[in-house]
Amino acid sequence: MPKRFAAIWFRHLLTDWKAIRQPGLKGTAYVFAEHDHGRMLITALTEEARRYGVSEGMTVTDARVIVPDLQVFDGKPGRNLKLLTGLAEWCLRYTPLVQLDPPDGLLLDVTGCTHLKGGEKAYLQEIVSRLKTLGYEVRPAIADTIGTAWGVARCATSGLIVAEGGHRNALMPLPPYALRLSVDHLLKLRNLGLHQISSFIHMPDTVIRRRFGKSMVLRLQQALGQEPEYLFPLKEPVPYSERLECPEPVRTRPAIEIGLNNLLERLCKRLYGEGLGLRSAAFTWYRIDGKNGNITIGTNHASNRMQHIFKLFFIKLDTVAPGLGIELFTLDALKTEPVSDKQSELWSSKGGVDSEEVAELLDRLAGRIGNAAISRYLPGEHYWPERTPKPDISLKEKPGSEWRTDKPRPMQILDKPEPIEAMALTPDYPPRLFIWKGEQHIIVGADGPERIEREWWLEPGEHRDYYVAEDEQGRRYWLYRSGHYNAENNQHWYLHGFFA
Amino acid sequence: MQATKQEIIEKLRGELLTWEGFKPPQPGESQHFGLGTMETAFPNGIFPTGAIHEFISSSPEDTAASGGFIAGLVQKLLSGGGACLWISYTRRIYPPALKLFGVDPDRVIFVDVPLQKDLLWVTEEALKCEGVATVICETKELSFTESQRLQLAVEKSHVTGFVLRKDVRKINTTACVTRWQVRSVRSQLRAGMPGVGHPRWQVELLKVRNGKPGNWTVEWKKQDFQTIVKPTIAEAARRYA
Repeated sequence: MPKRFAAIWFRHLLTDWKAIRQPGLKGTAYVFAEHDHGRMLITALTEEARRYGVSEGMTVTDARVIVPDLQVFDGKPGRNLKLLTGLAEWCLRYTPLVQLDPPDGLLLDVTGCTHLKGGEKAYLQEIVSRLKTLGYEVRPAIADTIGTAWGVARCATSGLIVAEGGHRNALMPLPPYALRLSVDHLLKLRNLGLHQISSFIHMPDTVIRRRFGKSMVLRLQQALGQEPEYLFPLKEPVPYSERLECPEPVRTRPAIEIGLNNLLERLCKRLYGEGLGLRSAAFTWYRIDGKNGNITIGTNHASNRMQHIFKLFFIKLDTVAPGLGIELFTLDALKTEPVSDKQSELWSSKGGVDSEEVAELLDRLAGRIGNAAISRYLPGEHYWPERTPKPDISLKEKPGSEWRTDKPRPMQILDKPEPIEAMALTPDYPPRLFIWKGEQHIIVGADGPERIEREWWLEPGEHRDYYVAEDEQGRRYWLYRSGHYNAENNQHWYLHGFFA
Repeated sequence: MQATKQEIIEKLRGELLTWEGFKPPQPGESQHFGLGTMETAFPNGIFPTGAIHEFISSSPEDTAASGGFIAGLVQKLLSGGGACLWISYTRRIYPPALKLFGVDPDRVIFVDVPLQKDLLWVTEEALKCEGVATVICETKELSFTESQRLQLAVEKSHVTGFVLRKDVRKINTTACVTRWQVRSVRSQLRAGMPGVGHPRWQVELLKVRNGKPGNWTVEWKKQDFQTIVKPTIAEAARRYA
């Protein structure tokens, strides 16, 4: 399919934007000016101001001489880029490939998109009229190459839709400016009396290169389609993506649910056909007032089961703010993975931790309380009690080593060992009594010590001598002494856990 | 006539049990829980699976003891496959210790939910999931309505739930099938031996629907529950040296 590109030129991007915010300014002469070497230079102006003879690059004082009641607003560098980004996002409803074209334009790859609106003419008309209702005056053009579309949008007076293969003829009557040339080149061309592209388009490349340099040849060839030119899309298009346009803007929850269901049905069917499943997906809505938003979900297992994914979105569906109405929904599969076959699970009546039902349950839980709240542990190869259980993120990983059972370990452990007062009669003997939270526990039976050395390659500190101690009432504790016994009686004892 | 009356009552009792959510064990499903004499306390003499069990604890020591007892039960429940979820608001459970009670810690998924509202939501969702074998929920409060919701969830999915209530101030009525209180008691070693023996608990079954509450001393030994009937006499008989 031959490529088709659209260029949209915002003729008065900044001033239109101001007029949208202050409707009273419509039809008056006003300009944006920025500081430059102690002067105020005009950077953007309205058609009315231009009619008086004001132009870009003029100082404000000069302009005030011509138009005494000229209104001047402070320009901010980079504002046009911000506006263009917003407009480019808005344009995503017409094509997935949109590129910013600073300072005042957008480039769209419309290949295969125009028939959705009933042809190129209707397509452009809709964009123009929609932007006009928003308050922007634009001139669009469609052509086979980016260069031609750009030039036609800015310089041609008619024939904004260049037929396939007609770009060479369309360029002929246009001024050299239409080729996106640098100011130096334009001046040189003017001095040479070349006022139209037709006057130098037939010159051999070598001649142009010798006189004007490589860049001009490139621009010319790009406009003619002899040299490829690519768009750098604002948003990387997702391979698995579905879109749903609403004939009428919707705002009710059931309607949004229907929209989501519809999209999911299509996407899941496609994924199923290719043996893939979702790991992460985004549901995006575009409102009629130009705002948009999205919700994303993630799954533990690649899944293409529609009911499950719907449930995950359903938890977050409250965040959809339809405002005056939503006109477009898109669903993007941000990450896909091949779906594992489920035959192995048939053998056991209930699967293990990684069965699909459990994975779906965890997806739902993560949707509400976050992924960080869910943990699973594998045996870590550490003696240090705090590091023995190793957190594991995936559910599929099998333990690499056995869980040790040869040493007693408490059922409950304190995150931070609590200091206790303990009394031991003999060095390296378990304490006879200890006081914890004001209660005295007399120890009647104890095992130990079990010395656990500090992992010095990870952190410095004293070793610990652990004791299992049982008090008179049968309550069992895990105590330790930090460091060696010393006679000065300033040892540090801690309570670290409770045995079952 | 007398005999038929008895039969009718027996039959009605059986039906009542099924109406109340007790399902007769499926053929092929392991019925034996190895609880020894404790099993006589339960309806039909079988530990009720697919129900909610409530454990009361008032101190961290009791919580550890209850955790050990629950872990022993979880081991039996996990033998048929499935996952185990341990849901808690302040988790102190030490995963490697579960292995001492026969539960592979990597088969347990720990969920930390600080908010009470979310905690019960997560528990209910987990109890509804049929791929899960058992759910342990550590919570502070459990109102009657909340317990009813949990009980209804398990009656459909046949998941066994344990609600471990920590720091209980006031014991209120719940719809749970049983209510337990587990306390650790002094372990016994061979006379004259120093040290700490096998975990031993005083298990009180405070409430059981359609069963008989009771009180036992239980020891965890050789990966199984051992009910200690008369510890003093057993001690005397073993004095052989």
